[in-house]
Amino acid sequence: MNPFQYERASSVGDAARKLGTPGAKVIAGGTNLVDLMKERVATPSTLVDIGRLALRAIEPTADGGLRLGALATNADTAREVKDRYPLLAEAILAGASPQLRNMATNGGNLLQRTRCYYFYDVATPCNKRTPGSGCPAIGGQNRIHAILGASDACIAVHPSDMCVALAALDAVVHVEGAGGRRSLPFAELHRLPGTTPELDTNLAADDVIVAIELPPPAFTGSHYLKLRDRASYAFALVSVAAGLTLQDGKIAAGAVALGGVAHRPWRDRAAEALLAGAPATHETFARFAEAVLKDARGQGENDFKIELGKRAIVRALTVAAGGVA
Amino acid sequence: MITIAKKGALGPHVGQPVRRIDARKKVTGTAAYAAEHPAPDLLHGVVVNATIARGKITELDATAALAVPGVLHVFSHENRPSLPWFDKKYSDEDAPAGHPFRPLHDAEIQFDSQPIALVVASTLEAARHAAGLVRVVYEQVEHVTSIRQNLGEARPPKKWTGGRKGPPKPRGDLDRGLLDADVKVDAEYTHLPEYHNPMELFATTVIVEEDGTFSIYDKTQGPANSLTYATNVFGLSKGEARVRTPFMGGGFGSGLRPQHQLFFAMLAARELKRSVRVELRRQQMFTFGHRPSSIMNVALGATREGALTAMRFDTKMEASRFEDYVETTVNWGPVLYACENTRFSHDLVPVDVYTPLDMRAPGATSGVFAFESAMDELAHALAMDPVAFRAKNLAPRAIDEDKEFGSNAIAACYRDGAARFGWDRRSAAPRSMRDGRKLVGWGMASGIWDAQQMYASARARIGLDGRLEVASATADIGTGTYTIMTQIAADALGLSLDEVTFKLGDTDLPEAPLVGGSWTAVTVGSAVKAACDALGKKLARLAGIEDATFADGCVVSAADPTRRVSFVEALRAGGQLAAEATETAVPSPERLKYAHYVRSAVFVEVKVDEDLGTIEVARVVSAIAAGKILNPRTARSQIMGGIVWGISQALHEEALYDHRFGRVMNHSLAEYHVSVNRDVGEVDIAFVEEHDEHVNALGAKGVGEIGQVGVAAAVANAVFHATGRRVRDLPITLDKLL
Repeated sequence: MNPFQYERASSVGDAARKLGTPGAKVIAGGTNLVDLMKERVATPSTLVDIGRLALRAIEPTADGGLRLGALATNADTAREVKDRYPLLAEAILAGASPQLRNMATNGGNLLQRTRCYYFYDVATPCNKRTPGSGCPAIGGQNRIHAILGASDACIAVHPSDMCVALAALDAVVHVEGAGGRRSLPFAELHRLPGTTPELDTNLAADDVIVAIELPPPAFTGSHYLKLRDRASYAFALVSVAAGLTLQDGKIAAGAVALGGVAHRPWRDRAAEALLAGAPATHETFARFAEAVLKDARGQGENDFKIELGKRAIVRALTVAAGGVA
Repeated sequence: MITIAKKGALGPHVGQPVRRIDARKKVTGTAAYAAEHPAPDLLHGVVVNATIARGKITELDATAALAVPGVLHVFSHENRPSLPWFDKKYSDEDAPAGHPFRPLHDAEIQFDSQPIALVVASTLEAARHAAGLVRVVYEQVEHVTSIRQNLGEARPPKKWTGGRKGPPKPRGDLDRGLLDADVKVDAEYTHLPEYHNPMELFATTVIVEEDGTFSIYDKTQGPANSLTYATNVFGLSKGEARVRTPFMGGGFGSGLRPQHQLFFAMLAARELKRSVRVELRRQQMFTFGHRPSSIMNVALGATREGALTAMRFDTKMEASRFEDYVETTVNWGPVLYACENTRFSHDLVPVDVYTPLDMRAPGATSGVFAFESAMDELAHALAMDPVAFRAKNLAPRAIDEDKEFGSNAIAACYRDGAARFGWDRRSAAPRSMRDGRKLVGWGMASGIWDAQQMYASARARIGLDGRLEVASATADIGTGTYTIMTQIAADALGLSLDEVTFKLGDTDLPEAPLVGGSWTAVTVGSAVKAACDALGKKLARLAGIEDATFADGCVVSAADPTRRVSFVEALRAGGQLAAEATETAVPSPERLKYAHYVRSAVFVEVKVDEDLGTIEVARVVSAIAAGKILNPRTARSQIMGGIVWGISQALHEEALYDHRFGRVMNHSLAEYHVSVNRDVGEVDIAFVEEHDEHVNALGAKGVGEIGQVGVAAAVANAVFHATGRRVRDLPITLDKLL
């Protein structure tokens, strides 16, 4: 671990100001950043601790949605949302361990970094960690890597479970920075790697996430399915957040996000158009799954994710439609 | 002549599920492990690891590291003090044939993550930060870390060391046996390297005492082994150093050889004349001993009636280029089953890695997976019940050793295990059992491991407070040694458990062997019993009772139980402050006439989601034959741990190498997956009756390793029964079932 300055922010504005220092980073729960610092993957000059700011509240919004404070813990959030947004509760509880969820914050969950083996090992090259050094995951150990939206520079995946559900729920992220307040649709928060894999999100260095807003619940049924290499405490090989709004036995609307397959939670709105108006049948789900994964490309060790992804989508939608688990 | 009247089975404490003597210390955090012993002005050392797999260091620049406030020194091959050159100084009790690794010896890099420097600082934080600032330039040489790529270099080991048995000589005519077989299987079984990952990190605290001697707290399964290594490498006399390991947070074989943190902590303490602690990080525990990857080929033949006619087993196993680590992989089948025509080989494939190391049931864990999978394949091909097929072929005696078995209750394991599992309700055809949408599979396998006994000494002493202190330099690696030895000693002299103290983990105590191979309970237990019996004779003599028994802290006449003299009165009568006896127990000549094994039958139920490939281990029943069980509670824990690890081996564990770098990439407990609670279903453990008067005076066999053996095969066989798919490459991850 490198030496660093520690500063405590007195307000969101103060935090944004302090983040103007080159190399400064926000710390809240610290469940990912501290690990990255120990591994010398992250070497911040300054840690700006926002942990004591009043961003913990989880409260209803005027339009019937829910506003999740950036500093509310994952554990508290899962408990608060389980009746109205069971998809989000399931996703949160599929991640990490109870101890970690007690520390991890909602804002931090959005900003956690990939678990690519090479990103975490400073003895190896990595374009995300050291731009221009190369991507050994390509042609290397890539069981856990991307099959969608990857680039020649990076095939890492976003590790969050919570974010997959937030993508399916069309959440909105509220941000405050030196330039004032703004809101991003969830789909615009995370980036694809392209030629700049060092950038995970579209946030500026001095942006602070203050809240995540959920629109009013819309699904009549939903399911979060996580497939991984052991039953708990492992990142997703493939995960699916599926939400359906059924009307008279037909799908009025469907939202499906995939985790473990791309540099960001993966949604395919064009494919979702196949769900709208269709009967909630295996055939509909299979056709949709084919469409979502039609451009998927394996990297060798992870080729199986393409087929697994299709099956996982069908299963998650079947459960969301009220079928058997 | 003094005789001890009470012979035969020990009691009342032995055989009881006594709670761990050290349980309270462990759960309250007062059991101090190697990195937890304090010392004034303690320095901290952090090891720097190489980032290439083969080549040499051309430049090692520690300038930036030395500039960090608090950093005292950076040791490397360039500035190390003069150290011995010869291999034998670096050798140890568990060293295979070859040239042991000599840290900081020269600029050569022999394996990835080789320790190349030690940064010593007044705080751990400074040392760790500075370790990242040591700049190293290498000249790389092409390396190979995949045994598959190096099969051309496969060769038999130079020597079979560590008491390991080489492959048995061929018998009969294998080719004929295969030709005559009505049904055959011939298949390849593989797995990648696995790492021990004990909970406690590897650490050594070296405290420089006022008189200049070294008190060494080391994470080791052999305090004496560490002492020999430290004194040999650093040119000390035995009196100048003492190694203590009062508690160890798991060994599993990883502590059988001195690890490099001992070298580095001693080096720094000696050179800087300060107390030093070196604790390796979890990631660094993926840089040394491990279960070697292997490629195992098994061919079996049988008549239509299910009699084995041929048995061939060829292993190609990973080795380092500098030591011939060996383990017994191919010998287990012919001990379990009778077969006239056999041929076996076990070859090493040297690659650019650190030397592999014994890891729970080394050889059997891998070899029995392959062999018992092949037996299942053959049973299926014969359309025979897997239990009946095995039972039909059981070996009546140890054919290759030409000895009778001291005892062999495997048939009882099959019978009791099958009954507890409900095996008779199994429908034979694969894919024929379901639970809702999930496929259900029932599989089984036999397990086997050596029942060994080594030499050990123990001392028993009783003083005027009437308390018995028994001591031996063994270690308790988490298995329950403290507890079992206390039970044996208490029974030998008729005391209650709280009147006995057992001391271990200290090289000042009577000598004991490495703690491994499942031999500690019987080896040290025999010495404890011998020492207590000898002490009992002394007390009987002092008490003047010739036909002595012991009860309630008294010597009691067998003929006239009203004649009793308390131990304290006996000591006083003899004018002694204390009585003491030290004895060494060795395997008896009687024992050597027989072949000794522990055995098991493992039954597993899996549920497989066929669409998604996910596997649940719903139930495991393990029936164990291990002679007399000294403590059913600690023995059950041992078996339970073995079963969990067997599930982990079957479904999760593998070190993922990037062979371009020659480096393990999933070197953390986040990415090197071991089973978690949710992966483990219901576990039922049964100890079957097995009476053995030949094996040792206790009638007991060790249970440290048998719990894991056979589990992976039983899981793989259950997966086959569920799905009709035979997975021969561990671990069975979901993609292999899609």
